Parts: sequence; C-alpha cells; structure tokens
Amino acid sequence: MKRYSVFAVAREALRYHTGWERAWRSPEPKRHYDVVIVGAGGHGLATAYYLGKNFGITNVAIIEKGWLGGGNTGRNTTIIRSNYLQDPSAAIYEKARSLYETMSQDLNYNVMFSPRGVIMLAQTEHEIRGYKRTAHANQQQGVQTEWITPERVKELVPIINLHGPRYPVLGGLWQERGGTARHDAVAWGYARACSDMGMDIIQKCEVTGVRVENGRTVGVDTTKGPIDCDKLGMVVAGNASVLAEQAGFRLPMESVALQAMVSEPIKPCMDVVVMANTVHGYMSQSDKGEMVIGGGTDGFNNYTQRGSFHHIEETVRALVETFPMVSRLKMLRQWGGIVDVTGDRSPIISKTPVENCFVNCGWGTGGFKAIPGSGWAMAELMATGHSPLTEEFSMMRFREGKFIDESVAAGVAH
Amino acid sequence: MLILECPYCGVKAEETELAAGGEAHLKRYGPGSSDDEFHDYLFMRENPKGVHFERWRHANGCGKWFHAARCTMTLEVFGTYPAQTTEPPQEICDKITAKRPGWSWREFSDGRKSSAA
Repeated sequence: MKRYSVFAVAREALRYHTGWERAWRSPEPKRHYDVVIVGAGGHGLATAYYLGKNFGITNVAIIEKGWLGGGNTGRNTTIIRSNYLQDPSAAIYEKARSLYETMSQDLNYNVMFSPRGVIMLAQTEHEIRGYKRTAHANQQQGVQTEWITPERVKELVPIINLHGPRYPVLGGLWQERGGTARHDAVAWGYARACSDMGMDIIQKCEVTGVRVENGRTVGVDTTKGPIDCDKLGMVVAGNASVLAEQAGFRLPMESVALQAMVSEPIKPCMDVVVMANTVHGYMSQSDKGEMVIGGGTDGFNNYTQRGSFHHIEETVRALVETFPMVSRLKMLRQWGGIVDVTGDRSPIISKTPVENCFVNCGWGTGGFKAIPGSGWAMAELMATGHSPLTEEFSMMRFREGKFIDESVAAGVAH
Repeated sequence: MLILECPYCGVKAEETELAAGGEAHLKRYGPGSSDDEFHDYLFMRENPKGVHFERWRHANGCGKWFHAARCTMTLEVFGTYPAQTTEPPQEICDKITAKRPGWSWREFSDGRKSSAA
C-alpha cells in the first residue's frame, strides 16, 4: 500500500494523478479462511482490522452482500459521544471515542474526526436530574462530561432559543471531546488497512446459509460458492436475526427503520452537535454546510431501508421551537436505515449457542460512534474467547436479568 | 406510508393515526413455566424478513386493538382482522399464500410445511 501523505499528493500532482492505486483489492473468495466476518460495514471492518493489528490474524475474509459501508455506516448522522450512564456502556463507547482521536493516523486515512463537542439539552425537570446523574456517573467512569447552564448553552449555540414556551432549555450535558467524523471514510479507511494486511474484502456476495456441524460453525454458503472458516463473526446489524436463523439460533432483537435528513447547505451557524431528546431530534452542521438532522425510530418491524414523509415533518417540527431558523430551511435529502434494537437498547457482542460463531449486533440507533471500540472488543472476543469490554454484553444477559438499561439512561435518541 | 384498514370502524388509517403494538398472538407464560419459556415470552420476538403478524391500535380513531398481516420487506399489507382471536384466520392465510407461496411464521404456514414447523 502506498502511504497517503503531502508528498504523495505533490508527486501525483506532477503526473496528472495517474499513480493512485485502488484503496482495497476486490479478490475472488478463497476456499478457506481462519476467520470469516459477515458484513463489511464499520463494525465488521473494524473487527477484521483489530484481529489483524492486535492479534496477528490476517487470513480473514469480510463478506458483504451489498457494497462496502452501504448499510447503516453510510446512513447515520455521524455523531460520536460516550456520555452513557451505565458502566459497561461508558467503557466501550469511551474506548471507541478515544480510538477515534487517533484513527486518521492509525489508518493513514483522513476520517475527519472533529471533536467539536456534543450537548444534550435538558428541556424538562426530569432531564435535568437525569443528566446531572449521568455527569456524576461519567466522572466516576473517567468520561469527561459536565453539566452546563442555559447561558453557557447559548454561548455555545447562538442560534438556539432558550425560552421556548413548551420546551425551554434548562441546561445541558456537555461532552467537549465528542463530535463527528466522516462516516464513509471510517469504512474506507478500515477497508484499505484490512486489504493491506492481506485480508479479502468480498462485496456483492450474499451469505445464503451457515454450515454447522456437531454444534460448530464450519463455514458459510454464499452466492459466490461455499467458504470454509474456523471462526465466524456475524456483524450485520438489521439482518442479524436472518443470519442467526440460518445458524439455528434466535436473537432477542427486532429490526426497525430509523431516518435522518439533511437541509440545503447554509453558511456556518452551529459548530457543535446538539441533541434534544425530549422533542426527539438532533442536529449538527456538516462541513458542506448542510444541517444534518436525525429523529426517532418507527415502532414496527421493517426491512425496507426507506423513509416516510410524516417523519420529516415530525422531526423538523420538533426542532423548530428550539431552533427557530430551521423553519426557513429547505430539506434536501432524506433516507432510512434498518437498526437492530434489543430489549434494553444495548448491543450484543457475544458468543452464541453455536461454537466458534460470534455475534456483534443490537447497536440500534447508536452504532456509528461505537465502531472502533466495538471492533476492538469483538476482535479480542473472537481471538481469545474473552474480552473485558464485552463481558456484560452477552446475549445471555436477558435470561439472567442483567440488563444494561440505556433506554432510560440515554433518553430516546441514541 | 403504511395504510391499514381498521376492521372495526372500516377506516383506512395511515401510520400517524395508528400505534404499533408488536408481535401478534403471543402465548403468555407465567408462574410454573420453564426459564426458557419465560425468557422467550419476555425477550424473544419474531423478526422475519417477509411475512409478519402484528398488533396495532387505531389510536387516533376508534381506539381499538386489531391485528395486521404484513410483509416487512415491502410494507405490503395482506389484511387486517379483529383482536379476538389467538391465530390468523384462514382467509388471511389464504391471501398470504396467494402472494407468498411457501410462507411460514412461527407455527403458522401456508399449510404445506406445517408439519415441519
């Protein structure tokens, strides 16, 4: 792999940019790999990358039925934060956030991590209490957050209306080192690094069956023929139930649609990420100037990856009181992704009833921010059979009643 | 946008008029049941890519609960039927079979595979 650098740009500028190579190879699948990861989204690619980087396992295939990073990795609102209430969540999300800090250098790929700060607005008395509690918990967990006053919120976000009649801004939970990153670049950067380690990324290759013999995974059947493996990792978000069924077990999750949209590009007006969980909306401004806006999920099972018009209205309406200028913005694009939601709104990174088969799913509405931490932990689990970061996220936790109850802790919009 | 016909008031209601109520025809397990049964009753839900049966409420209408048979992959609605039943009526199953031969959902299916399920 040729490294990207200022010298590479200068060299290519002198020869009409004819020397750039493809960022990753697209090989035909081999018959056998040590590890097969299903799903070339952020989490799957990160898992493969850390398997190679931390454990030296490079005979790895990453299989993707669509195109690389075309699922939820390419459909989110790119927010990165780690201000969670429960210890296990704070640990894995903070691990992820800290890996984002150096990801561009690690991968030699600019993922445009922008630690611009994230505010979660408190707009009811309950939220004040909730966020103060989270701020205290974060202090114990080593996550840097603080409770800030409405005046400080106004300083950080001049376009905000503090004195809305229904939902006044009463303060906020502020994470200074939260922010955003370029979502596609995260997938592309990991893909390039994986390919460079000799891993095979196989796109447009759908898994049609999981082969299990004597309770062990021995491989997968795909549209490009059978592929054998010693270990299998399922990292397929909304499609995890479908894949698990092929392997013969069930997962405690449901797939629903989550939608987001961007406005027309406007001049810079807000340089932090703001989440308003009471009214169900969150917003940041992209480098292109578009306001990136996300809302809540639908309440019914759905695999369509489509949005719906009433959600645009609902989400924008929610933001208009707090951000009056939004009422004059035209919305440009809107899209939907299929998120995998568990009973306690926390992910599953776990061994499964099938030996040598591991599952990483259930990130629900908040997977992008977790990509590096999730990959790091999943790789450790797959390579060694044990990871301190994933212990609490076992799929058996429901049976034992050991929930990681973030549906309450994080409000609604993860 | 999803449109379901309320089997009680006959109104063709769209999504914003309705509240989704999750999987239909759940069997309830209580004291005396095994851990597995109770775990599955509480946390395991069908999550099919295709034919699905659900509970809905005509929340901003007549307020009544009803059932719907729907495809989660295309949002196609096969039919709605009243809540006072523990299994999908034959008429609905026939409609699904016409459009999705070979379908199955939990212990229900198009009839040809029912012994396997």
